[in-house]
Amino acid sequence: MPDVIDHRPNRQPPSQPKRDPAPSRLQYRLERMWLRPIWRRAVRVGVPAFLVAMTAGLWLSDPDRRALLTDGVQQIMTKVQSREEFQVRIMTVEGASPVVDKALRAMLPVDLPASSFDIDLTALRLQVMQLDVIESIDLRIKPGGILSAVVKEREPAILWRHARGIEILDKTGHRVASVTARDVRPDLPLIAGEGADLAVPEALALIDAAGPILPRVRGLVRRGERRWDLVLDHGQRIMLPAQGALIAMEAAIALDRAQDMLGRDIAVVDLRNPSRPVMRLGIDARNTIRQARGEPILGPDGKVIQEDDRKGG
Amino acid sequence: MAELYQTQRAMRNIRRAALQRGVIGILDIGTSKIACLVLRFDGTGTFRETDGVGPMAGQVNFRVIGAASTRSRGMRRGQIDVMAETERAIRTVVAAAQKVAGVRVDHVIACLSGGRPASYGLAGEITLEAGRVHDHDVASVLAACDAPDFGRGREVLHAQPVNFAVDNRSGLGDPRDHVGNRLACDMHVLTVDGDVIGNLVQCIRRCDLELAGVASASYASARASLVEDEQELGAACIDFGGGGTGVSIFVKKHMIFADNVNIGGQLVTQDIAQGLRVPLPVAERLKTLNGGVEATGRDDRDMLDTGTGSGEWDADRRPVSRADLIGIMRPRVEEILEGVREVLDAAGFDSMPSQQIVLTGGGSQIPGLDGLAARILGPNIRCGRPLRIDGLAHQFTDPGFSSAVGLALFAAHPQDEWWDFEMPAHSYPTRSLRRAYRWFRNNW
Repeated sequence: MPDVIDHRPNRQPPSQPKRDPAPSRLQYRLERMWLRPIWRRAVRVGVPAFLVAMTAGLWLSDPDRRALLTDGVQQIMTKVQSREEFQVRIMTVEGASPVVDKALRAMLPVDLPASSFDIDLTALRLQVMQLDVIESIDLRIKPGGILSAVVKEREPAILWRHARGIEILDKTGHRVASVTARDVRPDLPLIAGEGADLAVPEALALIDAAGPILPRVRGLVRRGERRWDLVLDHGQRIMLPAQGALIAMEAAIALDRAQDMLGRDIAVVDLRNPSRPVMRLGIDARNTIRQARGEPILGPDGKVIQEDDRKGG
Repeated sequence: MAELYQTQRAMRNIRRAALQRGVIGILDIGTSKIACLVLRFDGTGTFRETDGVGPMAGQVNFRVIGAASTRSRGMRRGQIDVMAETERAIRTVVAAAQKVAGVRVDHVIACLSGGRPASYGLAGEITLEAGRVHDHDVASVLAACDAPDFGRGREVLHAQPVNFAVDNRSGLGDPRDHVGNRLACDMHVLTVDGDVIGNLVQCIRRCDLELAGVASASYASARASLVEDEQELGAACIDFGGGGTGVSIFVKKHMIFADNVNIGGQLVTQDIAQGLRVPLPVAERLKTLNGGVEATGRDDRDMLDTGTGSGEWDADRRPVSRADLIGIMRPRVEEILEGVREVLDAAGFDSMPSQQIVLTGGGSQIPGLDGLAARILGPNIRCGRPLRIDGLAHQFTDPGFSSAVGLALFAAHPQDEWWDFEMPAHSYPTRSLRRAYRWFRNNW
């Protein structure tokens, strides 16, 4: 109740609008809709996202503005990328032979100095790894604008003669380079035959085991992509088994040491069956035996020389 | 009856769906105020020890996350009088409770205090073919209860099996797997006016809410304010409301009687307004702040401010003593209590083993009411407050909110009713499902 009551004749009636506390049906429904989490999320996230997307879309719908935007972005990017701090000036190559060094420098897609953003180290590394001679490469851009390449080359271990030429292989059998003749690398042992490159470690072990007869070894021949023949000079050959070739090889060397086997006229030592070594005698030895027995001697082709032939010849 | 069975079953399903979603609303539509509680069901059932709320009556698996109450509008004698006004009041209270809770309420459980409730005790009996009580036997004995003619347009609000008897063993709560030849049951049926409940359904539906259950207000307030022993041993709960006074009698944890006396606190307010010639809001304020039923000598000197704001000195500064106010209130309160006495006599409360009477409801806060009631109703009187439930704010814990709290307990753990049992297959009418579906679509 007011303390002072206005009794003046021209007083205004108290204007107190009798407000209904009840929400209107629309307001009630809107409130309930707003209490739905999905609706609330849609309004709070969806509407601003939609507005931003629509504004951006409208602004970008003009090709001139789009070109302006892309140009601006491009300019800023080039400006940042061509800063002094990002320039690569020199390239250092460590651990590479002069040929590989030259090839690496030629492979660099850009001319130095260039921005380090223009050098894609991963792609360059993949490209360099295509070279057979390179086993691994560590490419990095060092502070001071240096593109450093630390190269580890494959070491030549063996020569492989095959139908298309002669190749140098490393100790795992990977190709290192091609050579035109065997005389280019006389220090490397020689292997031959199809599939010989797949068994290079075994071949290297066999050649290591061949120690005392190494000066006589001409090379190893892969037979049927499963076993080795050790070829010596004077047309001698040691046929090794597919399994346990090294043991057979040591047995052959022990025989040679004990009885000077390889110094005799023996064409082939067949160790393919380790429990039953077989030897094929040379033609002179057989003829000597035949003469002693009084049999007709054999010709170089292994056939018996007929009397009339000899007469005629 | 089959149609009612289907609709009540549908409401039970809606309640189950609401519990699965975890949020259910409680709507106590009274004559003087409307209260809305928003309950969140955790589903864990873990007991949280918060200031004195114990795990007593199965109220542990929910907490109140929003509560609001507002002045009721458009209600008269516990019934909807002006539908649009009541709808606005429901919108107000639901919007306020939702705002507090921060979640949307889709399913509500409401209570109904008016509608001339009438209780019936029904009895049914079947013979057991199997010699043992199975689930379907319980359903068929409930279906075998012979229903009297409830009258035109009456709807069944509660139909609770109160007692089961197998052969001559009576007083069984759960007769399943008992061996015997004869199964009998007593069922308590509470009917109300179908139009009243239809109006309530319509009103709630217009607020975009789905009804997940209806309970009688006197039942709900008794569940909240009678302690477990009183429910077990037998007690009467008197709910002094604004438009009417609800009476319900419990024994063995089941309601066996409910009725309504059509005089309430609003009539007291009217009397004060007429007797003291003050407007109704002032009369309400005087009743609430200064009311009482026992006058003492001091009350003659206790002058009340009737500030009506009319601007006239005589009207505004009229001396009214508190004894005058008590002199107006007391005969009305006595009349209400006499009505309650008649109802209790009609129900045969005198022959009950326990004569405990619990007063609750907003009107039970009148000072000295328990002394007056003890003189009229009987010696065992106490003023009951609703059970403490988790998360309910302090201003909602007074006796006026006992039916809201009771409805919350009803939402959490409804007692078994007839429609919780599968109806025996032979009593399905052929087209009942389709009719129930059509009724559901047309009315809900």
